[in-house]
Amino acid sequence: MIKIADITNIEERKAIENIIRNYREDSGTVISLLQDIQGHYNYLPAYILQLLSRELKIPLSKIYSVATFYAQFSFNEKGKHIITVCDGTACHVKGGPLLYDYLINQLGIHGGETTPDKIFSIEIVRCLGCCAISPVMIVDDELYGNLNMQKISKILSKIRKEEMIQEGSK
Amino acid sequence: MIIKPRELWICRSTGCNSLNAKAVHDELVKQIKERRLTQIEVKKVGCMGLCQCGPSILIQPDNVYYVHLKPKHIPEIIEKHLLKDQIVQHLAYLNQETEEFIPNKENIPYYNRQRKITLKNSGTIDPENIDEYIRIGGYENIEKCLKKYKPSEVIQIIKNSRLRGRGGAGFPTGLKWELCAKEINDTKYVICNGDEGDPGAFMDDILMESDPHSVIEGMCVGGYAIGAHQGYIYIRAEYALAIKRFDIALKQARMKGFLGRNIHGSGFDFDIQLKKGAGAFVCGEETALMASIEGKRGTPRPRPPFPAQSGLWGKPTNINNVKTWATIPHILSMGADSYSKIGTEDASGTIILALTGKINNSGLVEIPMGTTIREVVFDIGGGIPHGKKFKAIQIGGPSGGCIPAEHLDTVMDYKNLTSLGAIMGSGGVIVLDEDTCMVDLAHYFITFTQRESCGKCAPCRIGTLKMLNLLTKFKNGVAKMEDIDELEHLADIVKKTSLCGLGQTAPNPVLTTIRYFRDEYEAHVNGSCPALVCKDLIRYEIIPTKCVGCQFCAKNCPVHAISGEIKQAHMIDSNLCIRCGLCVVQCPSDAIRKVGM
Ligand SMILES: Cc1cc2nc3c(=O)[nH]c(=O)nc-3n(C[C@H](O)[C@H](O)[C@H](O)COP(=O)(O)O)c2cc1C
Repeated sequence: MIKIADITNIEERKAIENIIRNYREDSGTVISLLQDIQGHYNYLPAYILQLLSRELKIPLSKIYSVATFYAQFSFNEKGKHIITVCDGTACHVKGGPLLYDYLINQLGIHGGETTPDKIFSIEIVRCLGCCAISPVMIVDDELYGNLNMQKISKILSKIRKEEMIQEGSK
Repeated sequence: MIIKPRELWICRSTGCNSLNAKAVHDELVKQIKERRLTQIEVKKVGCMGLCQCGPSILIQPDNVYYVHLKPKHIPEIIEKHLLKDQIVQHLAYLNQETEEFIPNKENIPYYNRQRKITLKNSGTIDPENIDEYIRIGGYENIEKCLKKYKPSEVIQIIKNSRLRGRGGAGFPTGLKWELCAKEINDTKYVICNGDEGDPGAFMDDILMESDPHSVIEGMCVGGYAIGAHQGYIYIRAEYALAIKRFDIALKQARMKGFLGRNIHGSGFDFDIQLKKGAGAFVCGEETALMASIEGKRGTPRPRPPFPAQSGLWGKPTNINNVKTWATIPHILSMGADSYSKIGTEDASGTIILALTGKINNSGLVEIPMGTTIREVVFDIGGGIPHGKKFKAIQIGGPSGGCIPAEHLDTVMDYKNLTSLGAIMGSGGVIVLDEDTCMVDLAHYFITFTQRESCGKCAPCRIGTLKMLNLLTKFKNGVAKMEDIDELEHLADIVKKTSLCGLGQTAPNPVLTTIRYFRDEYEAHVNGSCPALVCKDLIRYEIIPTKCVGCQFCAKNCPVHAISGEIKQAHMIDSNLCIRCGLCVVQCPSDAIRKVGM
């Protein structure tokens, strides 16, 4: 099992030390701890959960009991671009399901999954609270409203193009 | 040339932001600066309500409202309105019915029937600047309470206002405070419930984004009345902007001495900590929410003991909704009597609705209790788009129900909505038109509650799954008539035996759709979906006389289900078709339609 000293990447080590400090000094809870871990890694890596369980003396079972309860937490690495699809009622009655089908058709993955090239992940959330401009989704922290298939197609091609350029310049 | 001093208020709430309000805002600031218009002030404000028309600017003191703005419109507004005092007609709100432009915000039907109390500051102040809140009398009410009133007197004022909790159940707020105040304990807590889990509701989000200080001040008053020195606000993780603005507001309030030790020399200590949710609908339930603040799995527990006796970390706790807290300072300003006079015998004051779905004007609406559903949908909401027929409203989210057209004249308050099988809930109103399938809608809500059921009690965990399976049979066209009774029977059991409100109310969407739209369930048994929504019961068809044979649909069909020669009418193979609807969207000549099987 790995210890903090085994982590050679300085940035990662600093981040973990910060997470530990936050927990100890800010009267942290398991939820805030997991939010911090996910904030850094964008998922919950098993080795980090084990490491922090020992370091902070929280039973691993307790960490997992919380991590599996809340929808926010993920045990799988997410893609570079996260598409958060709103499944709220207003989106539903305004054609959301058809758009979702279109999206999964285009990307070949379902909600909660990541494309094999690790470029896209799809997440489904209950409601994003912008029902007045439904259907909506968030792509890379940017919210898109009044969606239709053409708009989604444009957003996807834009990201794909950028990725190709980046890939080419490597 | 004399240029009048003016303020330009630009909405920077989530709705407008997603419609690119930032670009409009940036352009505005840039141009005002470039043209050295020092007498013009640009101010970022919270939500003005009519999200549908964003991004929008309100020019003060003229009260002229420009909507659907893009950066390219800015020069025209500056040159005409600011420099020449002329109204830019085509950027004003367009009344769909009369086809008239209405520049003055007060004359827009959406606004002039509303009564803003809780949302009074929303859209008029910069939520990230405490001085603006103070300038309009903010934090005077907590000072008044600390200096003039005993805690019991504050509670009496709230009781006199007849305010009922806005989080769903409508419990009288003053009474709730009194129960907690009675408990003798050095440590007590107040909590603001900002989890807002109902899909289709976003008023708490907007309120926290637009006017966080009213919530903070309300919590201070509550803390004083109850004898608590620590407050928590629990905000769901998806509400990034609300979290950010609340964080700023808390810091500023501490700096100004409205939070912290010995608030304004009164000897009263009070502070608030922000907690982020982690994505679980059940955490909106008060006992689950407290478990979540403690960092545990957010599962509810039986009551009693009620939070007032044993809440957060076992201490007496008072929990209220965001809107409830935000209304407190306004009640103190206007007086309990004036507040109590608004509304009906059952419920005083105003209610905030999030009006969405198939409606022309969607956004936030604040109306006196006792307004009819018809006024909300047709007068304020401007009716149904594209000339479609109104079918029902869905109110109260997954705990609520559908109310059909025959009850449009119902006066909205807690009692009346409950008697129709729905609930006021958090106030999310989704308007449905003839294209909405009620079986599909019931299926949608049960999918939701089934997924969000925490699994602690069997009736909710297993019952909602059984109900979902039955509803799926209807959607797939394989249900039998007996399944309707079976569904009602199950719904009754889940309602009566579940541990918490989630399970106890989960059947409501099913029960109300059966009650008012039984014929649609029967139609599904007979293999047809009247609204043409359920995929297994419909197919797509090309109208030969309209098809121009452009092959656009055939090329784009993801499963190659469309065939046909160029310039000849095409055909869809229903066996291959996955009913994705892409062809309908792409057809340039409107030649593809949905039909029953
Ligand atoms: C499943 C479930 C979800 C709930 N979600 C919320 C919510 O998101 N916001 C809220 O204020 N109350 C919610 N409630 C109601 C709370 O339990 C509680 O009654 C409310 O916060 C009390 O505030 P009030 O007296 O100001 O209405 C929910 C209840 C249940 C059973």
